[in-house]
Amino acid sequence: MTLTTTGIEGMVLDEHTLIGIGELTKVCGISTDEVRIMVGEGMLHPLGAEPLQWRFTGVEVRRARRALRLRHDLELNLAGTALALDLLDEIERLRERVECLEQYLDSPMDADER
Amino acid sequence: MQYKDYYKILGVARDASADDIKRAYRKLARKYHPDVSKEADAEARFKEINEANEVLKDPQKRAEYDALGSGWHAGDEFRPPPGFGQRGTRREYEFSPEEAARFSDFFSSIFGGGSEAFRAGFGDIGDDVTGRRGMDQNATIQITLEDAHHGATRQLRLEVPEIDAKGRIQSRARTLNVRIPAGVTAGRQIRLAGQGSPGPGGKNGDLYLEIEIAPHPIYRSEGKDLHMKLPISPWEAALGATVAVPTLDGSVNLKIPTGSQSGQRLRLKGRGLPGKPAGDIYVQLEIVNPPTNSDADRGAYRDLAARFEAFNPRAKLGAKS
Repeated sequence: MTLTTTGIEGMVLDEHTLIGIGELTKVCGISTDEVRIMVGEGMLHPLGAEPLQWRFTGVEVRRARRALRLRHDLELNLAGTALALDLLDEIERLRERVECLEQYLDSPMDADER
Repeated sequence: MQYKDYYKILGVARDASADDIKRAYRKLARKYHPDVSKEADAEARFKEINEANEVLKDPQKRAEYDALGSGWHAGDEFRPPPGFGQRGTRREYEFSPEEAARFSDFFSSIFGGGSEAFRAGFGDIGDDVTGRRGMDQNATIQITLEDAHHGATRQLRLEVPEIDAKGRIQSRARTLNVRIPAGVTAGRQIRLAGQGSPGPGGKNGDLYLEIEIAPHPIYRSEGKDLHMKLPISPWEAALGATVAVPTLDGSVNLKIPTGSQSGQRLRLKGRGLPGKPAGDIYVQLEIVNPPTNSDADRGAYRDLAARFEAFNPRAKLGAKS
Protein backbone atom coordinates (compact mmCIF):
# COMPACT_ATOMS: atom_id res chain seq x y z
CA MET A 1 0.00 0.00 0.00
CA THR A 2 1.39 3.39 -0.87
CA LEU A 3 0.44 6.58 0.84
CA THR A 4 1.33 9.91 -0.64
CA THR A 5 1.64 13.00 1.46
CA THR A 6 1.99 16.19 -0.48
CA GLY A 7 3.78 19.43 0.18
CA ILE A 8 5.38 18.81 3.54
CA GLU A 9 7.41 21.64 4.93
CA GLY A 10 9.84 20.69 7.65
CA MET A 11 11.97 22.64 10.09
CA VAL A 12 15.43 23.29 8.70
CA LEU A 13 18.01 22.55 11.33
CA ASP A 14 20.60 25.16 10.43
CA GLU A 15 22.42 27.96 12.23
CA HIS A 16 19.43 30.31 11.89
CA THR A 17 16.88 28.04 13.60
CA LEU A 18 16.79 28.72 17.34
CA ILE A 19 14.94 26.61 19.90
CA GLY A 20 14.70 26.71 23.68
CA ILE A 21 15.64 24.00 26.15
CA GLY A 22 12.03 22.74 26.41
CA GLU A 23 11.78 22.16 22.68
CA LEU A 24 15.21 20.49 22.63
CA THR A 25 14.20 18.01 25.33
CA LYS A 26 11.04 17.20 23.37
CA VAL A 27 12.81 16.79 20.04
CA CYS A 28 15.55 14.59 21.50
CA GLY A 29 13.43 12.75 24.06
CA ILE A 30 15.73 13.64 26.96
CA SER A 31 15.42 15.48 30.28
CA THR A 32 16.55 19.03 31.03
CA ASP A 33 19.19 17.55 33.36
CA GLU A 34 20.65 15.62 30.44
CA VAL A 35 20.77 18.80 28.37
CA ARG A 36 22.54 20.57 31.24
CA ILE A 37 25.10 17.78 31.46
CA MET A 38 25.74 17.95 27.71
CA VAL A 39 26.19 21.72 27.92
CA GLY A 40 28.46 21.31 30.97
CA GLU A 41 30.60 18.82 29.05
CA GLY A 42 30.98 21.29 26.19
CA MET A 43 29.05 19.12 23.72
CA LEU A 44 26.37 21.76 23.14
CA HIS A 45 26.96 25.47 22.94
CA PRO A 46 23.73 27.38 23.58
CA LEU A 47 23.34 31.13 23.27
CA GLY A 48 22.28 32.81 26.53
CA ALA A 49 23.66 32.56 30.05
CA GLU A 50 20.93 30.81 32.06
CA PRO A 51 19.24 27.50 31.15
CA LEU A 52 15.90 29.28 30.80
CA GLN A 53 17.41 31.74 28.32
CA TRP A 54 19.35 29.08 26.43
CA ARG A 55 18.77 29.01 22.69
CA PHE A 56 20.10 26.14 20.60
CA THR A 57 20.67 26.37 16.86
CA GLY A 58 19.48 23.65 14.50
CA VAL A 59 23.09 22.52 14.16
CA GLU A 60 23.14 21.88 17.94
CA VAL A 61 20.02 19.73 17.63
CA ARG A 62 21.89 17.50 15.20
CA ARG A 63 24.86 17.38 17.60
CA ALA A 64 22.63 16.47 20.53
CA ARG A 65 20.92 13.66 18.62
CA ARG A 66 24.22 12.38 17.32
CA ALA A 67 25.70 12.45 20.85
CA LEU A 68 22.78 10.42 22.18
CA ARG A 69 23.11 7.83 19.42
CA LEU A 70 26.88 7.48 19.84
CA ARG A 71 26.59 7.22 23.62
CA HIS A 72 23.90 4.59 23.38
CA ASP A 73 25.16 2.54 20.44
CA LEU A 74 28.87 2.54 21.27
CA GLU A 75 28.44 2.69 25.07
CA LEU A 76 30.65 5.78 25.27
CA ASN A 77 31.04 7.84 28.42
CA LEU A 78 30.48 11.60 28.39
CA ALA A 79 34.06 12.61 27.71
CA GLY A 80 34.35 9.99 24.95
CA THR A 81 31.13 11.21 23.36
CA ALA A 82 32.29 14.82 23.44
CA LEU A 83 35.60 13.84 21.85
CA ALA A 84 33.87 11.76 19.15
CA LEU A 85 31.55 14.68 18.33
CA ASP A 86 34.43 17.12 17.94
CA LEU A 87 36.42 14.70 15.82
CA LEU A 88 33.44 13.94 13.58
CA ASP A 89 32.85 17.68 13.05
CA GLU A 90 36.50 18.11 12.15
CA ILE A 91 36.40 15.16 9.74
CA GLU A 92 33.32 16.59 8.03
CA ARG A 93 35.02 19.95 7.58
CA LEU A 94 38.18 18.34 6.25
CA ARG A 95 36.28 16.05 3.85
CA GLU A 96 34.51 19.04 2.35
CA ARG A 97 37.82 20.88 2.05
CA VAL A 98 39.53 17.94 0.38
CA GLU A 99 36.68 17.58 -2.12
CA CYS A 100 37.00 21.26 -3.00
CA LEU A 101 40.75 21.05 -3.42
CA GLU A 102 40.62 17.84 -5.42
CA GLN A 103 38.89 19.58 -8.29
CA TYR A 104 42.09 21.54 -8.90
CA LEU A 105 44.12 18.38 -9.38
CA ASP A 106 44.41 16.75 -12.78
CA SER A 107 45.35 13.10 -13.12
CA PRO A 108 49.13 12.69 -13.28
CA MET A 109 51.06 11.70 -16.38
CA ASP A 110 54.37 9.81 -16.26
CA ALA A 111 57.24 12.20 -16.93
CA ASP A 112 60.24 11.44 -19.20
CA GLU A 113 63.60 11.90 -17.47
CA ARG A 114 66.81 12.50 -19.32
CA MET B 1 13.57 -15.92 4.48
CA GLN B 2 17.33 -16.15 4.48
CA TYR B 3 19.50 -17.72 7.15
CA LYS B 4 21.85 -15.27 8.84
CA ASP B 5 25.26 -16.41 10.01
CA TYR B 6 25.71 -14.25 13.10
CA TYR B 7 29.20 -15.62 13.77
CA LYS B 8 30.32 -14.67 10.28
CA ILE B 9 28.75 -11.21 10.61
CA LEU B 10 30.86 -10.54 13.71
CA GLY B 11 33.84 -12.38 12.22
CA VAL B 12 34.22 -14.79 15.16
CA ALA B 13 34.46 -18.58 15.43
CA ARG B 14 31.43 -20.59 16.56
CA ASP B 15 33.24 -21.37 19.81
CA ALA B 16 34.24 -17.73 20.44
CA SER B 17 34.21 -16.64 24.08
CA ALA B 18 31.89 -13.90 25.36
CA ASP B 19 34.90 -11.57 25.49
CA ASP B 20 35.82 -12.33 21.86
CA ILE B 21 32.27 -11.54 20.81
CA LYS B 22 32.18 -8.31 22.77
CA ARG B 23 35.52 -7.21 21.32
CA ALA B 24 34.50 -8.04 17.76
CA TYR B 25 31.14 -6.29 18.19
CA ARG B 26 32.65 -3.13 19.67
CA LYS B 27 35.20 -2.89 16.87
CA LEU B 28 32.64 -3.35 14.10
CA ALA B 29 30.09 -1.07 15.77
CA ARG B 30 32.66 1.75 15.83
CA LYS B 31 33.58 1.07 12.22
CA TYR B 32 30.06 0.93 10.80
CA HIS B 33 28.18 3.32 13.06
CA PRO B 34 26.10 5.45 10.66
CA ASP B 35 27.33 8.63 12.35
CA VAL B 36 30.94 7.62 11.84
CA SER B 37 31.13 5.61 8.63
CA LYS B 38 30.81 7.09 5.16
CA GLU B 39 30.32 3.71 3.51
CA ALA B 40 27.09 3.50 1.56
CA ASP B 41 25.85 0.36 3.32
CA ALA B 42 26.91 1.47 6.83
CA GLU B 43 23.34 1.67 8.14
CA ALA B 44 22.50 -1.86 6.95
CA ARG B 45 25.80 -3.28 8.22
CA PHE B 46 25.35 -1.62 11.61
CA LYS B 47 21.86 -3.10 11.92
CA GLU B 48 23.18 -6.54 11.05
CA ILE B 49 26.07 -6.25 13.53
CA ASN B 50 23.67 -5.20 16.28
CA GLU B 51 21.34 -8.05 15.53
CA ALA B 52 24.22 -10.56 15.63
CA ASN B 53 25.39 -9.10 18.93
CA GLU B 54 21.87 -9.14 20.36
CA VAL B 55 21.84 -12.91 19.85
CA LEU B 56 25.42 -13.91 20.56
CA LYS B 57 25.94 -11.81 23.72
CA ASP B 58 23.00 -13.49 25.44
CA PRO B 59 23.88 -17.09 26.39
CA GLN B 60 20.26 -18.25 26.12
CA LYS B 61 19.63 -16.70 22.70
CA ARG B 62 23.00 -17.95 21.53
CA ALA B 63 22.11 -21.48 22.65
CA GLU B 64 18.80 -21.31 20.79
CA TYR B 65 20.54 -20.03 17.69
CA ASP B 66 23.22 -22.73 17.95
CA ALA B 67 20.45 -25.32 18.26
CA LEU B 68 19.53 -24.61 14.63
CA GLY B 69 22.76 -26.47 13.82
CA SER B 70 25.97 -25.45 12.10
CA GLY B 71 25.15 -26.79 8.64
CA TRP B 72 23.65 -23.53 7.46
CA HIS B 73 25.29 -20.94 5.28
CA ALA B 74 24.52 -17.24 5.14
CA GLY B 75 21.78 -16.66 2.58
CA ASP B 76 20.40 -20.25 2.71
CA GLU B 77 16.63 -20.39 2.44
CA PHE B 78 15.51 -20.80 6.04
CA ARG B 79 12.27 -22.04 7.53
CA PRO B 80 12.08 -22.38 11.31
CA PRO B 81 11.96 -26.05 12.45
CA PRO B 82 8.52 -27.22 13.68
CA GLY B 83 7.85 -26.06 17.21
CA PHE B 84 10.23 -23.13 16.90
CA GLY B 85 8.87 -19.70 17.49
CA GLN B 86 5.57 -20.76 19.01
CA ARG B 87 4.38 -19.21 22.17
CA GLY B 88 5.01 -21.36 25.24
CA THR B 89 7.75 -23.47 23.74
CA ARG B 90 10.37 -20.90 24.54
CA ARG B 91 10.97 -17.89 26.66
CA GLU B 92 9.20 -14.80 25.31
CA TYR B 93 11.89 -12.23 24.80
CA GLU B 94 11.08 -8.69 25.61
CA PHE B 95 11.42 -6.23 22.78
CA SER B 96 9.35 -3.23 22.13
CA PRO B 97 7.73 -3.25 18.67
CA GLU B 98 10.10 -0.45 17.71
CA GLU B 99 13.12 -2.49 18.73
CA ALA B 100 11.75 -5.51 16.92
CA ALA B 101 11.33 -3.42 13.78
CA ARG B 102 15.11 -3.08 13.68
CA PHE B 103 15.61 -6.84 13.50
CA SER B 104 15.30 -9.10 10.46
CA ASP B 105 12.50 -11.57 9.73
CA PHE B 106 15.02 -14.32 10.43
CA PHE B 107 15.56 -12.92 13.95
CA SER B 108 11.82 -12.56 14.58
CA SER B 109 11.15 -16.14 13.43
CA ILE B 110 13.41 -17.44 16.20
CA PHE B 111 13.05 -14.91 18.98
CA GLY B 112 9.67 -13.35 18.29
CA GLY B 113 8.66 -9.82 17.42
CA GLY B 114 7.33 -7.12 19.69
CA SER B 115 5.72 -8.90 22.60
CA GLU B 116 2.57 -8.17 24.54
CA ALA B 117 4.56 -8.86 27.70
CA PHE B 118 6.90 -6.04 26.90
CA ARG B 119 4.15 -3.59 26.24
CA ALA B 120 2.31 -4.54 29.43
CA GLY B 121 5.53 -4.32 31.41
CA PHE B 122 6.68 -1.03 30.03
CA GLY B 123 4.84 0.89 32.73
CA ASP B 124 7.44 -0.38 35.20
CA ILE B 125 9.88 2.27 34.16
CA GLY B 126 7.40 5.01 34.76
CA ASP B 127 6.23 5.68 31.24
CA ASP B 128 2.72 5.47 30.00
CA VAL B 129 2.43 3.09 27.05
CA THR B 130 -0.28 5.16 25.44
CA GLY B 131 1.92 8.24 25.51
CA ARG B 132 4.97 6.62 24.00
CA ARG B 133 6.36 8.09 20.78
CA GLY B 134 7.41 6.06 17.79
CA MET B 135 11.02 5.95 16.73
CA ASP B 136 12.62 8.77 14.80
CA GLN B 137 13.66 7.85 11.26
CA ASN B 138 16.70 9.11 9.41
CA ALA B 139 17.12 9.39 5.66
CA THR B 140 19.45 11.11 3.24
CA ILE B 141 18.14 13.19 0.38
CA GLN B 142 20.40 14.06 -2.52
CA ILE B 143 19.68 17.36 -4.22
CA THR B 144 21.43 19.34 -6.93
CA LEU B 145 23.27 22.55 -6.21
CA GLU B 146 20.60 24.33 -8.26
CA ASP B 147 17.92 22.93 -5.90
CA ALA B 148 19.94 24.08 -2.89
CA HIS B 149 20.21 27.53 -4.45
CA HIS B 150 16.65 28.10 -5.59
CA GLY B 151 14.75 25.75 -3.27
CA ALA B 152 12.70 22.85 -4.65
CA THR B 153 10.13 20.21 -3.89
CA ARG B 154 11.58 16.72 -3.92
CA GLN B 155 9.75 13.45 -3.89
CA LEU B 156 10.97 10.92 -1.38
CA ARG B 157 10.02 7.25 -1.21
CA LEU B 158 10.34 5.61 2.17
CA GLU B 159 9.75 2.16 3.58
CA VAL B 160 8.14 2.85 6.94
CA PRO B 161 7.65 0.14 9.57
CA GLU B 162 4.12 0.08 10.93
CA ILE B 163 2.45 -1.88 13.66
CA ASP B 164 -0.73 -3.60 12.56
CA ALA B 165 -3.78 -4.41 14.71
CA LYS B 166 -2.16 -7.67 15.89
CA GLY B 167 1.01 -5.90 16.98
CA ARG B 168 3.03 -7.23 14.04
CA ILE B 169 5.54 -5.14 12.16
CA GLN B 170 4.63 -4.40 8.57
CA SER B 171 6.58 -2.35 6.09
CA ARG B 172 4.71 0.18 4.02
CA ALA B 173 5.82 2.35 1.14
CA ARG B 174 5.22 6.04 1.55
CA THR B 175 5.85 8.93 -0.78
CA LEU B 176 6.52 12.35 0.65
CA ASN B 177 6.78 15.59 -1.29
CA VAL B 178 9.22 17.60 0.76
CA ARG B 179 9.90 21.30 0.38
CA ILE B 180 13.62 22.03 0.27
CA PRO B 181 14.15 25.69 1.22
CA ALA B 182 16.63 27.82 -0.71
CA GLY B 183 20.08 28.04 0.85
CA VAL B 184 20.32 24.59 2.48
CA THR B 185 23.85 23.20 2.60
CA ALA B 186 25.36 19.72 2.72
CA GLY B 187 25.00 17.96 6.08
CA ARG B 188 22.15 20.15 7.30
CA GLN B 189 18.96 18.40 8.30
CA ILE B 190 15.27 18.98 7.79
CA ARG B 191 13.05 17.74 10.60
CA LEU B 192 9.60 16.56 9.58
CA ALA B 193 7.68 16.32 12.84
CA GLY B 194 5.40 13.29 13.11
CA GLN B 195 6.65 11.65 9.89
CA GLY B 196 8.72 8.93 11.62
CA SER B 197 7.59 5.52 12.86
CA PRO B 198 4.26 5.26 14.61
CA GLY B 199 4.35 4.58 18.35
CA PRO B 200 2.11 2.09 20.16
CA GLY B 201 0.32 5.04 21.72
CA GLY B 202 -0.36 6.52 18.30
CA LYS B 203 2.18 9.32 18.51
CA ASN B 204 4.60 9.23 15.61
CA GLY B 205 8.32 9.79 15.77
CA ASP B 206 9.98 12.39 13.55
CA LEU B 207 11.71 12.04 10.22
CA TYR B 208 15.13 13.65 9.78
CA LEU B 209 16.33 14.25 6.24
CA GLU B 210 20.02 14.92 5.83
CA ILE B 211 20.95 17.00 2.80
CA GLU B 212 23.54 15.68 0.41
CA ILE B 213 24.61 17.78 -2.57
CA ALA B 214 25.13 15.85 -5.81
CA PRO B 215 28.45 16.40 -7.60
CA HIS B 216 28.22 19.42 -9.93
CA PRO B 217 30.03 19.74 -13.27
CA ILE B 218 31.28 23.27 -12.49
CA TYR B 219 31.25 23.90 -8.74
CA ARG B 220 32.25 22.20 -5.51
CA SER B 221 30.46 23.49 -2.44
CA GLU B 222 31.92 24.15 0.98
CA GLY B 223 29.12 25.30 3.23
CA LYS B 224 27.58 28.22 1.38
CA ASP B 225 30.74 28.94 -0.61
CA LEU B 226 31.31 27.57 -4.09
CA HIS B 227 34.66 26.85 -5.73
CA MET B 228 35.32 26.67 -9.46
CA LYS B 229 38.12 26.71 -12.01
CA LEU B 230 38.08 29.40 -14.69
CA PRO B 231 40.12 28.67 -17.84
CA ILE B 232 41.67 31.79 -19.39
CA SER B 233 44.12 32.43 -22.24
CA PRO B 234 47.72 33.57 -21.60
CA TRP B 235 46.99 37.03 -23.06
CA GLU B 236 43.86 37.45 -20.93
CA ALA B 237 46.07 36.71 -17.91
CA ALA B 238 48.87 39.00 -19.05
CA LEU B 239 46.87 41.93 -20.34
CA GLY B 240 43.77 41.71 -18.20
CA ALA B 241 40.27 41.06 -19.55
CA THR B 242 36.61 40.94 -18.68
CA VAL B 243 35.16 37.44 -19.04
CA ALA B 244 31.73 35.91 -18.43
CA VAL B 245 31.56 33.54 -15.45
CA PRO B 246 28.56 31.29 -14.84
CA THR B 247 26.88 31.61 -11.44
CA LEU B 248 23.75 29.84 -10.18
CA ASP B 249 21.86 33.06 -10.92
CA GLY B 250 23.15 33.43 -14.47
CA SER B 251 26.36 34.73 -15.87
CA VAL B 252 28.29 37.69 -14.44
CA ASN B 253 31.24 39.64 -15.83
CA LEU B 254 34.50 39.11 -14.00
CA LYS B 255 37.47 41.39 -14.41
CA ILE B 256 40.75 39.55 -14.69
CA PRO B 257 43.51 41.82 -13.40
CA THR B 258 46.54 42.56 -15.58
CA GLY B 259 49.43 40.19 -14.90
CA SER B 260 47.29 37.39 -13.40
CA GLN B 261 48.84 33.98 -12.90
CA SER B 262 47.53 30.41 -12.98
CA GLY B 263 46.22 29.28 -9.60
CA GLN B 264 45.30 32.82 -8.51
CA ARG B 265 41.90 32.98 -6.82
CA LEU B 266 39.30 35.71 -7.18
CA ARG B 267 36.24 36.05 -5.00
CA LEU B 268 32.75 36.83 -6.29
CA LYS B 269 31.20 38.11 -3.09
CA GLY B 270 27.66 36.98 -2.29
CA ARG B 271 27.34 34.85 -5.45
CA GLY B 272 27.38 31.52 -3.57
CA LEU B 273 24.37 29.88 -1.91
CA PRO B 274 21.83 32.36 -0.50
CA GLY B 275 21.64 33.12 3.22
CA LYS B 276 22.48 35.73 5.80
CA PRO B 277 25.20 36.24 4.82
CA ALA B 278 25.18 34.59 1.39
CA GLY B 279 28.18 32.50 0.37
CA ASP B 280 30.85 33.54 -2.12
CA ILE B 281 32.14 31.98 -5.33
CA TYR B 282 35.89 31.41 -5.39
CA VAL B 283 37.19 31.42 -8.93
CA GLN B 284 40.60 29.89 -9.51
CA LEU B 285 42.28 31.05 -12.69
CA GLU B 286 43.77 28.39 -14.91
CA ILE B 287 45.82 29.53 -17.89
CA VAL B 288 45.16 27.34 -20.90
CA ASN B 289 47.69 27.52 -23.72
CA PRO B 290 46.41 27.44 -27.28
CA PRO B 291 47.38 24.29 -29.19
CA THR B 292 50.27 24.33 -31.71
CA ASN B 293 48.90 22.73 -34.84
CA SER B 294 50.94 24.49 -37.52
CA ASP B 295 54.35 25.98 -38.15
CA ALA B 296 52.79 29.42 -37.78
CA ASP B 297 51.45 28.45 -34.33
CA ARG B 298 54.87 27.19 -33.23
CA GLY B 299 56.42 30.32 -34.68
CA ALA B 300 54.24 32.48 -32.46
CA TYR B 301 55.55 30.64 -29.38
CA ARG B 302 59.15 30.95 -30.64
CA ASP B 303 58.63 34.70 -31.04
CA LEU B 304 57.37 34.79 -27.47
CA ALA B 305 60.40 32.82 -26.24
CA ALA B 306 62.73 35.21 -28.07
CA ARG B 307 60.95 38.23 -26.60
CA PHE B 308 61.24 36.85 -23.02
CA GLU B 309 64.67 35.24 -23.30
CA ALA B 310 65.70 36.36 -19.81
CA PHE B 311 62.54 35.04 -18.17
CA ASN B 312 63.12 32.00 -15.91
CA PRO B 313 59.89 30.72 -14.32
CA ARG B 314 61.95 28.38 -12.12
CA ALA B 315 64.23 31.01 -10.67
CA LYS B 316 62.94 30.30 -7.16
CA LEU B 317 63.76 26.58 -7.48
CA GLY B 318 67.43 27.42 -7.85
CA ALA B 319 67.66 25.43 -11.11
CA LYS B 320 69.45 26.96 -14.07
CA SER B 321 67.16 27.44 -17.11
